[in-house]
Amino acid sequence: MSLLYNIPAFSILLPMLAGVICLVLPARASRRVTNTVIVALAVLSFVLLNGFLEGATPFTYRMGHYGAPIGNEIRAGELEAAMAALFLVVMMLSLMGGRNHLRSDIGRSKVNLYYISVLFLLSSMLALSYTNDLFTAYVFVEINTVTACGIIISKEDGYTLAASMRYLIMSLLGSGLFLIGICLVYGLTGHLLMPNIQDAVILLVQDGHYQAPLQVTIALFAVGLALKSALWPFHSWLADAHSSASAASSAILSGLVLKSFIFLMIKIFFRTVGPGLMTGHAILNLLLVFGILGMLLGSVNALFEKDIKRMLAFSSVSQIGYIFCGVGLGTIAGVSAALVQVVVHAVTKAMLFIAAGGLMDASGGRKDFKALQGAGKRDVVAGAAFAVGTMSMIGLPFFAGFITKLTLVTAAAGTHDWRAYISLGAIVLSTILTAIYYIRVLSLIFGREEGEEADPEVRSRSALLAHLHKQLSMDTEYILASLAFIVINLWIGLRSDDLMTIINTGLATFQ
Amino acid sequence: MNNYIVTNLPEVAAIVLFGIGCSNLLLARNLVKKIIGLNIMDTAIYLFLAAKGYVENAAAPIVSSGAVDPDLYVNPVPSGLVLTGIVVSVSVTAVLLALTVRLHEEFHTLDIDEIVHQLRVKDREAAP
Amino acid sequence: MLKGTRIQTLYNFLSIAFTMLLIGILLYTVSELPAVGDPLHPANNEVAVHYLVNGARETGALNAVTAMILDYRAFDTLGELCVLFVSACSVFILLRVDAGRKEEEVEAIDRRYEPKDDPILNKAFLFLIPAVFLFGVYITLTGHLSPGGGFSGGAIIAAGLLLYLNAFGLESTERFMHRIRYRRLSCGALGFYFIAKGYSFFVGANGIDSVIPVSDKGNILSAGLIMPLNICVAIVVSTTIYAIYLMFRKGWFNI
Repeated sequence: MSLLYNIPAFSILLPMLAGVICLVLPARASRRVTNTVIVALAVLSFVLLNGFLEGATPFTYRMGHYGAPIGNEIRAGELEAAMAALFLVVMMLSLMGGRNHLRSDIGRSKVNLYYISVLFLLSSMLALSYTNDLFTAYVFVEINTVTACGIIISKEDGYTLAASMRYLIMSLLGSGLFLIGICLVYGLTGHLLMPNIQDAVILLVQDGHYQAPLQVTIALFAVGLALKSALWPFHSWLADAHSSASAASSAILSGLVLKSFIFLMIKIFFRTVGPGLMTGHAILNLLLVFGILGMLLGSVNALFEKDIKRMLAFSSVSQIGYIFCGVGLGTIAGVSAALVQVVVHAVTKAMLFIAAGGLMDASGGRKDFKALQGAGKRDVVAGAAFAVGTMSMIGLPFFAGFITKLTLVTAAAGTHDWRAYISLGAIVLSTILTAIYYIRVLSLIFGREEGEEADPEVRSRSALLAHLHKQLSMDTEYILASLAFIVINLWIGLRSDDLMTIINTGLATFQ
Repeated sequence: MNNYIVTNLPEVAAIVLFGIGCSNLLLARNLVKKIIGLNIMDTAIYLFLAAKGYVENAAAPIVSSGAVDPDLYVNPVPSGLVLTGIVVSVSVTAVLLALTVRLHEEFHTLDIDEIVHQLRVKDREAAP
Repeated sequence: MLKGTRIQTLYNFLSIAFTMLLIGILLYTVSELPAVGDPLHPANNEVAVHYLVNGARETGALNAVTAMILDYRAFDTLGELCVLFVSACSVFILLRVDAGRKEEEVEAIDRRYEPKDDPILNKAFLFLIPAVFLFGVYITLTGHLSPGGGFSGGAIIAAGLLLYLNAFGLESTERFMHRIRYRRLSCGALGFYFIAKGYSFFVGANGIDSVIPVSDKGNILSAGLIMPLNICVAIVVSTTIYAIYLMFRKGWFNI
């Protein structure tokens, strides 16, 4: 018990300490330190998750000698442990899979600065999932923003500079609104810890005091965090930022950074506001409508892109729409569908970005569709990973994406009113659009190369094996990461019961 | 309904400042002006927060040893939060200004629309 | 071009509408909030009273704000130092000129703007700078007894460093503030802060009594870990500000 109890605080502090030490280390050593820390923490997170599944109760951990309401606390339960494990695993695989690109994209003297940013980003994401205090959440949101900017600009060209400027401006507007929300809620309750705020809010609701400011506070939290997680009308920065960064950075940004804000929002809705005040709140309908618009318009944008990384980025806008659609339904089933989508999209989109990096390498570093023709045959591993990602995004059975579509459709149908009709219609339409633009790319990368006659030798089995063998000896880490992503995707698709159990028991103890 | 708009003048001022900063951030095309707008916005939030802790006729929260009457001092919590917030906004401003310097080196302009335009032109030239 | 201006107008209109809506909603909210300055404001609850009444006894700091940010809610302050550190790293990524590439060129530009042996500056700062440093050190060391602390003290010390640099030239400060010393200082200070706070979090959460003595006598040494932590904060703040200034000015540290 004692070991389990200390894991969350340890996993927030260790990456910070490692990040500080990386400042005095040379490039190669800082990469090793980063990898060691991530692997160690991933193991610890699975130990913690396993402990909860074997019956440990969720707990709060005092950060200091004084507990609530005076001190500062973090909280761990099934959901937090699962999120931490997800963040760590995807981060490890993204860094492994994108290593070749990191080597070529980042100047040698700045490698250790890149790993410092990665470590602090990791620490802030873990802190955002474990935190039990609103102001701590604000501070770590800012760390998250600055480090995310750091990993975009490590690859220096005009595109990343302009993209990170736009990203920072939108993001800081979002954190400004979030901070006003915190000020308002502090002024009304006098607390900053989530459970204490919830108690005070329940009292206020009973007495009928300050109803309008409470509603505005909830709206500010939702809008501020939606700005930072690229909900549809605020998505314009995402496509530039995620498509111009290095492959590993794109995978981390699209897969994880957005998810940490969404998880924080769900945590605030459940643990600060309380489901009692949340159900039937107007802001939920707003999130639902914008989520649905994002699902559709993100897909439409992706349809017209001729650049593989921009297409993936717009696909992220559409997939984020699914998450907000689930949250906006306002039922427990809806939130659990949203959390499934958080997990599935993190795993799948990171895989797609890593695969896109491999495909680009096989096409001379170009990322427009013309250059990518036949790239799936030149780099078989990336082709396979992209194919699995496509199946999962469309939502074919046996792949991870199927589970999200299934839970989301069930949750939407369970509301029995106008929300069910529009969300079901949007899911169907968005799935068709997703299928169109992903299958177009898939047929392109496995299609015949332009201007060349199909070389019979390339297609023969022995040539393929020889090619694979050559690749395996050259970049083992990349291939291992791609295979691990494929295995995780299929595992989620086939053994979805485990994931659903974790999410549902976690949500039940969340309040 | 309570109507405290007259007694809450510091908070009203903070909201108006926030609006000025926010519109500056969204409307100004010059990056430096945008950053100034952002700083005005942050300052407004700190004013808003600091107003929460103020108690009329009370002293700064530096107590003397021994027994303490808490009614004599203002609330220390918002002051601490404002301190944290200020450091955060200073750090973020440094990053924004560094980005601006690099953007100016790269594109020779501070106008964000002009920069986006130049990038589009570059894209069009790159694609055959 | 016509299309561009039309989009611009639409964007401006939407921005103004968004801001107006935001201000309107927030002003309405403010009119419903409890009155500012009221002793019965909901924010003045048991938490604030606890910091004021028990702060000196439990942490040794007479300044309740210092007690709060360095003891009760130290985790936030840890995050705050991390923001500072991380932003310095981002500025390094953006502005650091790779060693040996443009060094002479940058040096030439830098020398042109630097005042050279201006007698008024030299004489005036000879008296001013020791006072500034002394004031910064005083603010830092007595952060738990009087207004101030590591953040303000560090900022004052950094201001002194920058004044010194501008009066006597870069070469004079680079004698004692070079890259290696910067790295060691900020690493050492942050590392000490992490380890001290990690110890206090671990001890606090697991219910073990801390071995660090604390008393409310109001002496300079009586507040346990708070004074060393304040010194660490001051070191981190001042070196970070100095480093960011150098990055903006010429893009690298001399070795």
